[in-house]
Amino acid sequence: MAVQIRVEVNGTTYEREVEPRLLLVHWLRDELGLTGTNVGCETSLCGACTVLVDGRAVKSCTQLAVQADGSSITTIEGLQQNGELHPLQQAFWDQHGLQCGYCTPGMILAAADLLAQNPRPSEAEIRAALKGNVCRCTGYHNIVKAVRQAAEQMGGG
Amino acid sequence: MGVIGSSIKRREDPALITGRGRYTDDLSLPGMLHAVIVRSPHAHARIVSIDAAAARAAEGVVAVYDGRDLVPGGEIKGVPTGWLLPDLKVPVHPLLAVDRVRYVGDGVAVVVAESRYAARDAADLVEVEYEPLPAVVDPAKATADGAPRIHDEAPENVAFDWQLGDREKTDAAFAAATKVARLKLRNNRLIPHAVEPRACLADYDPTSGELTLRMTSQNPHVHRLLMHLASMGLPEHKMRIIAPEVGGGFGSKIHHYPDEAITAWCAINLKRPVKWTATRSEANLTDAHGRDHATTAELALDDGGRILGLRVETYAAMGAYLSTFAASVPTYLYGTLLSGQYDIPAIHVHVYGVFTNTTPVDAYRGAGRPEATFVVERLMDAAAEVCGLDPAAIRRRNFVPPEKFPYPTQVALEYDSGNYEPALDKALELAGYDALREAQKAARDDPKKPLIGIGLSSYIEACGLAPSQVVGALGAQAGLWESAKIRVQPSGSVTVYTGSSAHGQGHHTTFAQIVADKLGIDPEQVEVVHGDTEKVQFGMGTYGSRSAAVGGSAIATATDKVVAKARKIAAHLLEAAEEDVVFDPAADGGPAFHVRGVPDKRQGWGDVVLQAYLAHNYPDDLEPGLEETSFYNPSNFVYPFGTHVAVVEIDRETGEVRLARYVAVDDCGNQINPMIVAGQVHGGIAQGVGQALWEQAVYDDSGQLVTGTLLDYAVPRAHNLPSFETDHTVTPCPHNPLGVKGIGEAGTIASPAAVVNAVVDALKPYGVNHLDMPITPEKVWRAIHLKGAL
Ligand code: FES
Ligand code: FES
Repeated sequence: MAVQIRVEVNGTTYEREVEPRLLLVHWLRDELGLTGTNVGCETSLCGACTVLVDGRAVKSCTQLAVQADGSSITTIEGLQQNGELHPLQQAFWDQHGLQCGYCTPGMILAAADLLAQNPRPSEAEIRAALKGNVCRCTGYHNIVKAVRQAAEQMGGG
Repeated sequence: MGVIGSSIKRREDPALITGRGRYTDDLSLPGMLHAVIVRSPHAHARIVSIDAAAARAAEGVVAVYDGRDLVPGGEIKGVPTGWLLPDLKVPVHPLLAVDRVRYVGDGVAVVVAESRYAARDAADLVEVEYEPLPAVVDPAKATADGAPRIHDEAPENVAFDWQLGDREKTDAAFAAATKVARLKLRNNRLIPHAVEPRACLADYDPTSGELTLRMTSQNPHVHRLLMHLASMGLPEHKMRIIAPEVGGGFGSKIHHYPDEAITAWCAINLKRPVKWTATRSEANLTDAHGRDHATTAELALDDGGRILGLRVETYAAMGAYLSTFAASVPTYLYGTLLSGQYDIPAIHVHVYGVFTNTTPVDAYRGAGRPEATFVVERLMDAAAEVCGLDPAAIRRRNFVPPEKFPYPTQVALEYDSGNYEPALDKALELAGYDALREAQKAARDDPKKPLIGIGLSSYIEACGLAPSQVVGALGAQAGLWESAKIRVQPSGSVTVYTGSSAHGQGHHTTFAQIVADKLGIDPEQVEVVHGDTEKVQFGMGTYGSRSAAVGGSAIATATDKVVAKARKIAAHLLEAAEEDVVFDPAADGGPAFHVRGVPDKRQGWGDVVLQAYLAHNYPDDLEPGLEETSFYNPSNFVYPFGTHVAVVEIDRETGEVRLARYVAVDDCGNQINPMIVAGQVHGGIAQGVGQALWEQAVYDDSGQLVTGTLLDYAVPRAHNLPSFETDHTVTPCPHNPLGVKGIGEAGTIASPAAVVNAVVDALKPYGVNHLDMPITPEKVWRAIHLKGAL
């Protein structure tokens, strides 16, 4: 009993039939081949799967693909504009905000949501905004620095 | 400054920040099947029957196998253990349980289906009838009379009974002591929790008989060796193991688990690629856990606070089976570190390795050394209290003085170098120790203010896990050298093949720095290849903070060999004697050989390299080509050290502990890339603070893991932690070519003791002398409000 959905992902519109129970993250990874979005848990608590749905950070392991019908999604693969790194991508690189990189796509997209809502976050606000995203490698120190750098570059500062 | 020592940005990042990094579960092959492992819900039970008929009949299911299917000839192929001790009891660890399960999560059957979802559905249809047996989960209780017997091979549940040091000398020290500090410590069981769960993708070619296994591995060659020797029985040259991007390991991806071998077995049997990916709860149940010690420790002192002796007794949980390096962790990686940074004249340690009906325990970031540091550094604070000394003063009084190096400890190590007081001084200065003590006093007297606590931890570690002869004598079933091959292409670009397989450490960057620095070329000219048994000659992998010290030294040594050969070619071209030709990587106009004292008589590096391949104008007795290999086997461990200072604030009403500041001064010798060094320190601190305040794998009495998900196993999150204040001293390692030590585990080793010392320091007015980790608000609240009624 497949269901028809129409979703824009990284600027391309896809019309697909999906099983009602298919998770959005599995649709992105297994059917669209967008494996930059990672899976780290099944309880919606690690944030590795975070994508932007209509501009807001969403844990794509917690949504069904059918729920995304009609929406516009940005995954890490779609964050670059005209081949240029997004300021957050650049900042994570500059500040050594990643080690194994597994949490990074989700972390960057969660931070993108934050900066869209609050262009000048304090350290405490950055830390609070990222509490849904687990990083086991960096101790968050350089992630916070990276978000600050991006905020500055994006004109918030 | 050369290329070594500069914080160049990581070359691995562009792929990872754009979603182009390929982790194991990102990979697919045509015709690929998916495996799901059915696991025991009981901690200890007899398997009465397994009925897989309904699962086999389900849509999309290709096969279901149980433990008997995997041993058609009757001989159970099990997962091996890689470290033996005298009289170690090594029970068989079958790939899938046969007749009996011994912990929640023990594999019972495997379902292989056309899709992830079909396999998961069918797994629920496998009906296993169990007859539950009594279980034991506490290492201290597992050896009691009447405790359930987990393995027939170990009637008392004791895997090993191990001692180190001199008992009589230690007893004499205690008899002479005027002061004794004594603690009972529980080192909490931890779940490594790499954010990427374990996964593998097995592909078998029946024509060539070759198995390719892509897997989440810290050490592909070691996995290949162990699988060849024990679980798979395939010849090594017919097994290729590839570690793609690996999403963190922290030890959990060193070991040989049954799951990867089961998946490979399915692929061979079905002649189709098979993928297996753990769910998070599956990872938490089956990734080897860390720590889990119950310890009694005593320090004997004289009136002046000088240490006379140390006595330690530890019950270390092994879990239900002996994991790959399980036996080494609470013995040679623990007992040997109990001298800490101190000149201790007598030490005795007694460790019982104990089976329990829990997930197997093995190396987790730090592996034995955090446990040792916790014992020593908690005791130092307890001793300061007993002797009425400041915690900094008692440490200073007992440090091994710089003139005593090389310093042989009472527990089998020889510290090659060290200079402990400057690191302590620097940490105290950075923290503003005296001002903190003032602030603490003021806060104590003002009930409206949170309590302040200051905790020190002066740690040492032996890492760069190495000398093959030494570890072999201690029971390792492998050598712990490292290999590197340097291939200089005719154009002058370089490919480095290293056995140090990275999973977040930045080897592509730091290893390129080593070669670029030595050859005077741009790091962009150097490519680093790792993580593939077919591309890389051999390797022992990445753990025990060994990559820079051992893997990096192998690269440096192989690069030196390349230069030595190139020098012969240069001498020929310069028509000079070889011993008169010198290489100057930093020469004006680019790296070049020249005749000693005559810089103008030179041959550029590029021309020499090209000539190695043209061999037109070439020494008669030299083979063409420019490629050298080194198998570097160090003469000793390396001994990083440092002092960390934690500052906590405690809410008197709720008992909540807030880590207000964290200062770390580490000495890892020369630094190749300080940015990466600091990153390693940050991550390590976070994990250690997690152990001190939040993390614990809790089993109920029936053996259920009650903290199996992120809901109840509390890994540190961004809002739990402050930014860290880091600095360093530099005491180069005297015995490796780079003077580097290791930094990957330092933070995890030092920080649990620093934080607990800080909390206990804060609670001194309430008569608290110890709290077990994790120090939850409840424990603190009880300590404050129920005074000692814990
Ligand atoms: S995978 Fe979605 S929150 Fe963990
Ligand atoms: S960089 Fe490894 S989990 Fe964040």
